[in-house]
Amino acid sequence: MRLALERRAERSVAIAIASPLIAIALTLITMTMLFASLGKNPVAALAVYFLDPLTDPYSLQEIAVKATPLVMIAIGLSLCYLANVWNIGAEGQFLIGAVAGSWLAVKTQGTDAGAWVLPAMLVLGALGGALYALIPAICKVRFGASEILTSLMLVYVADLVLDYLVRGPWRDPQGYNFPTTAEFDSVATVPILIEGSRLHLGALIALVVVAVAAVMLGRTIKGFEIRVVGSAPKAARFAGFDADQLTILTFMISGALAGLAGIIEVAGPVGHLQPNISPGYGFTAIIVAFLGRLNPIGILIAGLFLALTFIGGEQAQIAMKIPLDLTKVFQGILLFFVLACDSLIVYRIRLMPSHRRATHGIG
Amino acid sequence: MGLAESIILAVLAASTPLLLAAAGELVAERAGVLNLGVEGMMIMGAACGFAGAYVTGSTAIGALCGIVAGAALSAVFAVLTLGLAVNQVATGLALTIFGIGLSGLIGASFVGEKIAAAPHLFIPVLTDLPFVGRILFGQDGFVYLSLALVAAIWWFLYRTRAGLVLRAVGDNHASAHALGYPVLTIRALAVLFGGACAGLGGAYLPLAYTPFFIPGMTAGRGWIALALVVFASWLPGRLVAGAYLFGAVTILQLHAQGAGLGIPSQLMSSLPYIATVLVLVLISRARATAGSAAPASLGLVFVPDR
Repeated sequence: MRLALERRAERSVAIAIASPLIAIALTLITMTMLFASLGKNPVAALAVYFLDPLTDPYSLQEIAVKATPLVMIAIGLSLCYLANVWNIGAEGQFLIGAVAGSWLAVKTQGTDAGAWVLPAMLVLGALGGALYALIPAICKVRFGASEILTSLMLVYVADLVLDYLVRGPWRDPQGYNFPTTAEFDSVATVPILIEGSRLHLGALIALVVVAVAAVMLGRTIKGFEIRVVGSAPKAARFAGFDADQLTILTFMISGALAGLAGIIEVAGPVGHLQPNISPGYGFTAIIVAFLGRLNPIGILIAGLFLALTFIGGEQAQIAMKIPLDLTKVFQGILLFFVLACDSLIVYRIRLMPSHRRATHGIG
Repeated sequence: MGLAESIILAVLAASTPLLLAAAGELVAERAGVLNLGVEGMMIMGAACGFAGAYVTGSTAIGALCGIVAGAALSAVFAVLTLGLAVNQVATGLALTIFGIGLSGLIGASFVGEKIAAAPHLFIPVLTDLPFVGRILFGQDGFVYLSLALVAAIWWFLYRTRAGLVLRAVGDNHASAHALGYPVLTIRALAVLFGGACAGLGGAYLPLAYTPFFIPGMTAGRGWIALALVVFASWLPGRLVAGAYLFGAVTILQLHAQGAGLGIPSQLMSSLPYIATVLVLVLISRARATAGSAAPASLGLVFVPDR
């Protein structure tokens, strides 16, 4: 006997709905075993990870703060992945967006520049991210170079650009030689939504992005084109859809959103430009996009959930001395299970008799 | 030791992990599987390799641990992409994220510890020859192993029946299946081999390159190895040239930083990554006119019919 995949006659709606939940459940079971193997009480650890942040108002705000960049980046990436375009360099576009916007904040520092500074910074951030994403898009369209590899290589370059600027030309002269710019002026800072909290305007911008993406994908021709080019490239060619143009468009949109997330993060929660402004938002957003099934509303929920794991991971480190790397392990396992469960929407696993064609080993 | 000699020695050392990982990935891609998890498998190889060598005091056992770790991670990839027909790109990314996290967990207790670096070959007289002695006869075992591995892969792919079948599976899985070849089994073996090589390449870093472990010490080498396979047009011979070229870029930028030419160190550090992008563009452009050298079924999902 052997196990083999068999294509379902039609997509299983029941599994499509249940799949993310099954994936999360399987991940939690795996995590329980992992906690136990680390010598920690699994029940207590899971509570610190997933329940405690939900019961205290400060952590709830922090979840929204962390979810903001994740959701914005993941929305952009989902457009790429729907069009079968593989931008995995969002981390780099995030950093370059932060750099591009910060340029204005640094240049206007200490001047009496007015309230136009922040909007201009946001535009520059989005522009910077979009242009940085244009590099792999053009390499792909013009020369056929794999966008996976080029967009990823540019992450390392972006990291070094940021590092150079905050250690060199933009370093705060009064900063005791720390690699950081001076704190941004108040006109260059994202306003706080609720007095005394860290919840900022970026959270609202992220919600607007989700709404716009939902309308664009569901109600416009462009959204339709993106889906067709991704799922049925031949049909798209017959329909006259330009795949190259869509590659450039989706790359630029996702770059712009990542760049916008970058400048909002710097001008919001961080308050100045420094290395390590991202705990890997650009990579975690890939998981958010898939967990949210490349659907804007799904991404919003998935973004909040993964933000919860960031907060829970930090608290577990403080309270139970659980290494922070466990959060990455958790995210990786979650993505494995999400992808595996998604496969069962289209296929079913069947037990097959193995007498036919003995040369066929595992199915 | 002259400057030229020391540079060549350093280039050989910097190239070896790239060559090992890229050689394994080349076999997997020849079978039609694109495993983007090389970075994750390498860093797991580095963490487990160091742990093994630290506990036992043996470089060989460390290398073995690295190989097993890389292969174990690639087995996860094989189950998902071959067993469950999951998208290879997404699974490879998940493998990298997972590998980086797990290696951090495993390696955390070893950060700051040191081990004896891998022993170097010493043949009396030959190793003492001026200039060429150390370069040809004074390397650590990994350097010779990596070259032997590439030669063996060439021989396997082009001189054996099994190699021919593997290439057929990568070029047209439907036809190979129709001829009765077990496509998924062959692919699974190729993926496991790729994982073992990536693990060994990763283990080289803490066992021979630097005698200690740092989280994230692969620093994108897995991705550069993936680019090298494209650069080499999926040909083993060109892989050697490509790996040594990239090793040279890495070492020369380090020397240029040391020489203090007034160029920002970050610019020099970014050269290997920028070079990768440029090389990919140039290679892809050349190929656009000459036709693609990639295995025709690369990255495509295959579910056998009955």
